[in-house]
Amino acid sequence: MAKTPVTFTLNGQSKSAFADPGQNLLDFLRRGVGDLTPKFGCGQGTCGACTVTIDGETRLSCLVLAETVYGREVGTAAGLADGAALDPLQTVFMEHFAAQCGYCTPGMLVSARALLDRNPRPSREEVIEAISGNLCRCTGYEPIITAILAVAEGRARA
Amino acid sequence: MTVVETYPTLDQAARAMGGDAAFLGGGTLVMRAVNEGVAPARLIRVTGPGLSELRVSGDSVRIGAGVTMADVLASRDLEFLHPVARVIGGPQVRNMATVAGNLFAAHPFGDFAAALLALDARVIGAGQGGARPVADVLRDRARAGLVAAIEVPRPRDPKAFGFLKVSRVKPRGVSILSIAAYLPREGGRIRGARVAFGAMGPVPLRSSGAERALEGQSLGAAAIDSAASAATEGLDPPTDEIASAWYRKEVAGVHLKRLLTDMERR
Repeated sequence: MAKTPVTFTLNGQSKSAFADPGQNLLDFLRRGVGDLTPKFGCGQGTCGACTVTIDGETRLSCLVLAETVYGREVGTAAGLADGAALDPLQTVFMEHFAAQCGYCTPGMLVSARALLDRNPRPSREEVIEAISGNLCRCTGYEPIITAILAVAEGRARA
Repeated sequence: MTVVETYPTLDQAARAMGGDAAFLGGGTLVMRAVNEGVAPARLIRVTGPGLSELRVSGDSVRIGAGVTMADVLASRDLEFLHPVARVIGGPQVRNMATVAGNLFAAHPFGDFAAALLALDARVIGAGQGGARPVADVLRDRARAGLVAAIEVPRPRDPKAFGFLKVSRVKPRGVSILSIAAYLPREGGRIRGARVAFGAMGPVPLRSSGAERALEGQSLGAAAIDSAASAATEGLDPPTDEIASAWYRKEVAGVHLKRLLTDMERR
């Protein structure tokens, strides 16, 4: 079966790999490119564990045909930290115990980062809306909401 | 094994469609089928621009087949549809799912299609000049062909259109049911009432009982009560993991009453 060459940008770096026919972006990123931060949860667009950004907008990578990201910019949780310097969201997630099993965390972080990038001071309701496509079965969401708001408030003080 | 065919124009894609092909739009329906191993062998997609066009002309707006829920929410011309687009899926799904694709969403999805049905929207097929009523497409979706665009009449009075989605989980949950009501008024009387339910049948369906009860009346307690009690006439809602058929029939009138009461107070 013919593979399709896909050249795209992943977290600011140019990447090229071959996509299988019908392969979804999640599988392509994990097995073809080696970025293991997006997680497979449901494969049907319900859980949000596979959330990435394409050209800055959040998408469910399990529902994106891999070859359609040709020439586009994909962002994952792997792109949040700069070496040892964590994204402020990663720091507050630790401080507020916003991760327990951690499986939803990369998707949560991508959704939260996308929210703060377009709306640096969201209301609590806007935070809830922004992560409504990301399921967490451990925390009950409150620590996650608190953590995201903590970054927003930190910015307001700065 | 899946084969992907990519075409520059929708007309070329339409010619390539056949029994074993699915058109890949936003991906939220088709890629799910691919992941489950139940998708048709060929996926047809279009790369050319133009599919995402939103064009206002006079009292209607033309929504290209590639327009997403997020695009609707970003358009000031489509403000009357914002309450509908806002409750489709979560943020990621709204960035992907198209308005046209919603016409083909299986129960319990398709809340946007219910709104299009109430608004008497028309569907323009690929390579076709004319437009068909949304109801025609919903009646036989397998044979509907490729959608190029949807033409939605803009309500002259935005307050005449109301939408309510009822789900157990907030802010993102699957529909127990959804209701779209378009109740234009002339001299205080409703003329041309259209009430549509989502998730109350295999596809979005109009409530002829509620429409009959509202037609020619002024929107007040009496008309609302009779619309609520006639709401499920002729409807045979499905049972699924969200709600039983019995429950849907019991609560449909209650929620219709809430929506209409809210519209009356606007």
